[in-house]
Amino acid sequence: MNEHVIKTENLKAGYDGRIIIDDLNITIPDGKVSVILGANGCGKSTLLKTCARLLKPEGGSVLLDGKELSKYPSKALARTLGLLPQSPTVPDGIRVTDLVSRGRFPYQKIMQGMSDADFKAVSEALSIMGIESLADKCVDELSGGQRQRVWIALALAQETDILFLDEPTTYLDIAYQIEILELLVELNRKKKTTIVMVLHDINEAARYADHIFAMKNGKLVAEGAPKDILTEDLINEIYGMRCKVIEDPVYGTPYIIPIGKQAEQR
Amino acid sequence: MKQKTLFTGKILILFTALICLLAISMFLSVTFGAKHVDLRSVLAAFKIGSGDPYEVSVVSARVPRTAFGIIAGAALALSGALMQALTRNPIADPSILGVNTGASFFVVCGISFLHISTNSQYIWLAFIGASLTAVCVYGLASIGGGGATAIKLALAGAAASTALQSLVNTVMLPNNQVMDSFRFWQTGNIGGATWSDIISLAPFLIIGFICCIFLAPSLNALALGDDVATGLGLNVKLIRLVSAFAGVLLCASTTALAGPIGFIGLMIPHFVRLITGPDMRLVLPLSALGGAGLLVFADVLGRVLGSPSELEVGIVTALLGAPVFVFIVRKVKVSAL
Repeated sequence: MNEHVIKTENLKAGYDGRIIIDDLNITIPDGKVSVILGANGCGKSTLLKTCARLLKPEGGSVLLDGKELSKYPSKALARTLGLLPQSPTVPDGIRVTDLVSRGRFPYQKIMQGMSDADFKAVSEALSIMGIESLADKCVDELSGGQRQRVWIALALAQETDILFLDEPTTYLDIAYQIEILELLVELNRKKKTTIVMVLHDINEAARYADHIFAMKNGKLVAEGAPKDILTEDLINEIYGMRCKVIEDPVYGTPYIIPIGKQAEQR
Repeated sequence: MKQKTLFTGKILILFTALICLLAISMFLSVTFGAKHVDLRSVLAAFKIGSGDPYEVSVVSARVPRTAFGIIAGAALALSGALMQALTRNPIADPSILGVNTGASFFVVCGISFLHISTNSQYIWLAFIGASLTAVCVYGLASIGGGGATAIKLALAGAAASTALQSLVNTVMLPNNQVMDSFRFWQTGNIGGATWSDIISLAPFLIIGFICCIFLAPSLNALALGDDVATGLGLNVKLIRLVSAFAGVLLCASTTALAGPIGFIGLMIPHFVRLITGPDMRLVLPLSALGGAGLLVFADVLGRVLGSPSELEVGIVTALLGAPVFVFIVRKVKVSAL
């Protein structure tokens, strides 16, 4: 895998002229798993979408290896930078292999079928996600967790060095959440893929992230390894909620116990 | 993983069946008609053996009609497939979205007010009318929450279609001359096509067909949603624009010559997708084949049903298509709930 640097410079971003992120400077650590944390509406999805070029910056820039994203030809960029948005559309009646094969779009030329490299990438993606046995199934028939694996397999077939995921575990039950996150970490360890994702669960972030970006009101409040930055004060600052931080008895990472009003009545 | 070609068993059967439908329809189309002709004369018309000169000329006159039926059917089916892919909506079709009626309205206005009379002039007006209607209907359906949903598009299309149809009538009825020449045209009729008509339409249709070839892989990416498509390196806006252009061009050019022919664009891609799945690299070519076969077949059926006169092909396709439309709407509603 090649080394890539994604950084934002004085980034302003938002929707339809409404600025959500103002003047943000971050550098995404190469070959690591990064998680963006923050309360609803703090701009974490906006940041992810802007870095993944779904949104155009309203000001400033997102740079890949020193060059602005918009300066790259779109297919060339799609060979370096993959993304899984929150609610992709499943075409009616599509089969797993067909869906995953569409991840090869940036490598294909008009009027050409699948090349050997395409077949190899697709079958590898299916095997990494452990869904070879579902290859001929219709995606509509799959469970939520299986479906999410298929979508990640599509992103893997794209063979990008960087992968953005917007809340990849939302709507999944806890067992699937852990399964998906472990698969992503495994992918990162095996192929050195840089992974950047938005997660809601602080404890999952603490456990699986190498690097956390903590955001509030479109600004970066803290960043660093979970152990170094996840303190009771930081959680209070970004979520406005008191908590107690203990050590995860299994993984040894920080573990957040939220404290609500009920706690005082006990 | 085994290397799979696109043509697996089921698809090969569909392909063969559609080829047979087209071949049989073509044969019937040159053989059947108000004037009964000998099989010998049919062969003679294609320079095999000899036959009664009058019968040969009758058959020869049916050839451009058949050729146009093939082209128009393919164009309408492709146009429907493009519109469905573009709106991610199984109900989109040039007739249901009112695009055909928009094209006819502009052509009728051109005939009445601008006194135009050649097909190459019709097509520009048809294209402008079709484009404007497409934009208006889609805009109308997008108002309110949820974007342009299947039901809202169908309603907006029906409203636009009815309104435009009454305008067509308003322009036509007081004008005897216009009404006489275009009464048949407005129900959709491929009987009047000549070789020179077909040649004048050819450039437009060829552009439309070429666009389809280039669009197929991109439409596959677009089907995954705008965000995924962007992530795959697709220029979503450009692809939407080109698809809309090609879809409107294909239906407008057939409408310019044949009048509005409905439901081909709805039925055929839907039927093809049931068997091929959603891969546009299969849906587009097989729809073209199926559309050609169905339109020529419907034209023959119109000659049989309307005998000793003829029933316009637009009426036949509407008779065939209406039940299919109801079926699809019901299915969409159920799966959306």
